[in-house]
Amino acid sequence: MSAVKLTLNGKELEVAAGTTILQAARELGIDIPTLCHDPELPPNGACRLCVVEVEKARSLIASCVTPVAPGMVVQTESERVISARRSILSLLIANHPLVCIICERTGSCKLQDYCYRYGVTDSEYIGETKDLPLDESNAFFVRDMNKCVLCGICVGKCQEIVGAGAIDFTKRGFMTNVGPAYEDKIEDSTCVFCGLCIDSCPVGALIPKATIGKGRPWQVEKTRTICPYCGVGCGIFLHTRDGEVIDVLPDFDNPVNRGHLCARGKFGWDYLKSSERLTSPLVRSEGVLIAVSWEEALGLVVDRLEEISSRFGPGALMGLCSPKASNEESYLFQKLIRSLGSNNVDSHSRHCHAPAVDGMMKAFGGAAMTNSMEELVSAGAIFLIEADPLKTHPIIGYRIREAVKKGACLIAAQSEEAGLSDLAVHYLPLRPGSAVALADAFAAVILEEKLHKPEFINKRTEGFAAYSSSLGPEIVNRAIEQTGISEEQLRLAARAFATAESAAIISTAGDNAQEGDYRLVTALTNLALLTGNVGRENCGLYLPYSENNLQGSADMGALPAVLTGYQPLKEKKVRDNFSRAWKVELCEQPGLSAAALFSGAEKTAIKAMLVMGENPVACGDQHQAATEILRNLDFLVVQDLFMTETAMLADVILPSAGFAEKTGTYTNVGRRVQLNRAAIDPPGSAQPDWAILAELAGWLGFEWDYDGPGDIFAEMAALTPQYSGISYERIAGVGLQWPCPHPEHPGSKYLYEGRFLRGLGLFTPVGAADQEKLPLSHDESCSGVCGEVPCSCLSDSMRNHSVISKLQ
Amino acid sequence: MLKSGAALETAKMDPIDLSPLDPLVEPYLGKKEMVIPVLQKVQEHYGYLPRPAMEGVSRLMQIPLSRLYGVATFYAQFKMKPRGRYIIRVCKGTACHIQGSPKIAERIEEILGVQSGVTTDDLRFTLEEVACIGACALAPVIMVNDNPHGRLTPDKVQAILDSYE
Repeated sequence: MSAVKLTLNGKELEVAAGTTILQAARELGIDIPTLCHDPELPPNGACRLCVVEVEKARSLIASCVTPVAPGMVVQTESERVISARRSILSLLIANHPLVCIICERTGSCKLQDYCYRYGVTDSEYIGETKDLPLDESNAFFVRDMNKCVLCGICVGKCQEIVGAGAIDFTKRGFMTNVGPAYEDKIEDSTCVFCGLCIDSCPVGALIPKATIGKGRPWQVEKTRTICPYCGVGCGIFLHTRDGEVIDVLPDFDNPVNRGHLCARGKFGWDYLKSSERLTSPLVRSEGVLIAVSWEEALGLVVDRLEEISSRFGPGALMGLCSPKASNEESYLFQKLIRSLGSNNVDSHSRHCHAPAVDGMMKAFGGAAMTNSMEELVSAGAIFLIEADPLKTHPIIGYRIREAVKKGACLIAAQSEEAGLSDLAVHYLPLRPGSAVALADAFAAVILEEKLHKPEFINKRTEGFAAYSSSLGPEIVNRAIEQTGISEEQLRLAARAFATAESAAIISTAGDNAQEGDYRLVTALTNLALLTGNVGRENCGLYLPYSENNLQGSADMGALPAVLTGYQPLKEKKVRDNFSRAWKVELCEQPGLSAAALFSGAEKTAIKAMLVMGENPVACGDQHQAATEILRNLDFLVVQDLFMTETAMLADVILPSAGFAEKTGTYTNVGRRVQLNRAAIDPPGSAQPDWAILAELAGWLGFEWDYDGPGDIFAEMAALTPQYSGISYERIAGVGLQWPCPHPEHPGSKYLYEGRFLRGLGLFTPVGAADQEKLPLSHDESCSGVCGEVPCSCLSDSMRNHSVISKLQ
Repeated sequence: MLKSGAALETAKMDPIDLSPLDPLVEPYLGKKEMVIPVLQKVQEHYGYLPRPAMEGVSRLMQIPLSRLYGVATFYAQFKMKPRGRYIIRVCKGTACHIQGSPKIAERIEEILGVQSGVTTDDLRFTLEEVACIGACALAPVIMVNDNPHGRLTPDKVQAILDSYE
């Protein structure tokens, strides 16, 4: 792109052609005032505050919409400019209630700042003013449209970024307003309460209810951290005052969410201050839970664990680790269980995602999304199959919308009504249970029409012969019958997928431990391999997890058969390495999995359990089995924020800290390891799980000596090849994506370039009609662990104590 | 959206036959830029833009209701409320004004008991003022639906209105 030379406030500079005057000025650090400009929305030139004086131009020019021209001489603060801006501000405040002394946005209001900057105290224009009723009936925020300056940014965010389409400009002239159709209340509109409008409003028209009266901007402390809900891992700033969270704002510099949030991130933090939080250790005495000191509680835990271990052997101990725990906590948890001589450590929730985990393990050798969310916007085609990301992982939904805007072809195959289908070029409404048939039919069409990638298949995969012979023409016919999609539609969509430069596949079906979902995940891994859409940029298989650190807790080795970074326990070299570092002997025998335990597949000898943040009793359709098993234990310890259904059965309950009350790292679904920072203290005597574990280990006689979470991370990183280049210093700003093998390594955007973790990618025929069970990579059956909805039972226990429980 | 969202106004209104909507919208499916012609067609059929029809267009065209409503309320040509069987347009152009159109308008308002822009309760007439209907030779002139009535005086108004049942 050619460069353009211009002069700005007497300074010469050169910028790329097409740059607006506003952008050029910002490059120089010149602050041109704007109300309606937003970097991610098309400029609309509405507010006129950004006018500048351009030599030889007849009138003042709106800098946000005017590209630079060669030789342009621009003044951004000339007398003429200032006078125009004063008039504009004066016009704006003529119809803006000047109630700044009680307005929540005092100190962070652009209109106020600009009036201050240009000395505009009151308006010379006296006329009619708006008198609109407040919209404050919803639980989340107040809309005071009398303060609205009609910049249109909220409309742009709602319509273009989120796609909720809840608000728009209505009426015209003086009557112009922003709001839902028919002046409905916002809660009766299609609003999803993502809060993007609030966070981008330049004035005080939109105010979260939780912040009202809680503090001025200069009294608020801001802590950069990570949202604790889904696996996306959005960067947020916690706004706190006097030890209390009062608001959450998005981190605009975090590449994951780039300033976007959903309702959970924006409003879902209030469970932290729920009156139902556990604030003291509890011990069951004669059937009744009584509050005790930490010493008493831990003393009891140690006595009972030692007693049971010596009587039944360490194999009678088991630990369940929550995918909400930080990496440090997950690491310490499995270290503790293993130090006690047992490999019975697992996550119950992880098994809800067993189809995704197992399917990817089998095909690629690793259970992580192959590419990262940041790449989605550059995909050539996106195949959305049995997924409703706007509901489950809203940021992924926003990215798909963005990708489509940039020209990606969206193929949406859904058996239930789901968001984004309005953007699909190929919309394939499926009959329930026919997604596997469709995915296989895609493959059959691709093979028949020779749209597959033979070179990639030859070099990078195995099992192709058996796979391709399973995809005869009958597969297409069967799919037409089962899905209800016409052959023409099906072929067009399959072609669009196969011929795209790069195509991403997104499904949340892997979040259910249902038989059909194993098959679907397998069909999708096959499809990715067949079209060479894995192992390079902007394509890949996206099976996003529903919990924030499901990826991390598995990476940390909170699994029965592997240590950190999936290093197999059965390898002596691995065990020796950890034994040396931990100064304990490691047991070779793989542990019992949570699925095996709760399915009753194995008659267990488990007598005592440590449950850190898990709630198997409330999770899915196995809650009865879980209740029975937990009730029959000799000893149950539960660490949690709340008196969960599982905690109700415990002998000892240890109150733990929420995400805002502790420091640690989370690994998102794109393998980005991000730093979560403590912003407030936990309530009562609650402690972060890592501190509880470290204390407990000390009582049990292990010599753990950690200065804090950073120390724990460093120990883990030294033992974990994928994490060894990552340190708290390196992820202080934005996170790093593993594998990151050394301290200079920039992290890895996508996986499997040149090689899969298992060597070659593996095709596995699914066979749309036969009902035989697919061979699993794990030796256990995981079917029926959870219900039919994507499993997020742990988020549920947070949500249920939050205002967001009011959302659908 | 909230779980406890209030029922849409739809339920409270007289049932509106939405069956003509599909054929009306059909030629424009997938052409979001054609939203104004679509709304014109719908208004042509119903006489105004009933909310259930707007919701139908929103669903069929996959355009948010807020956006449709924004467009419809921006342009004066779109009516959000039911209109009379007969639309009286009183010309307020210069020629008509000089020839006494204010007196004509006054007389109509007196007879119908409604102001300009309002529909009579029996849905018989909607009274509107327009800038110029281009029939200055007939000034002062009104239109009732497509029929011009020219060279009016206030005393001729009653008979004209009576001729529309």
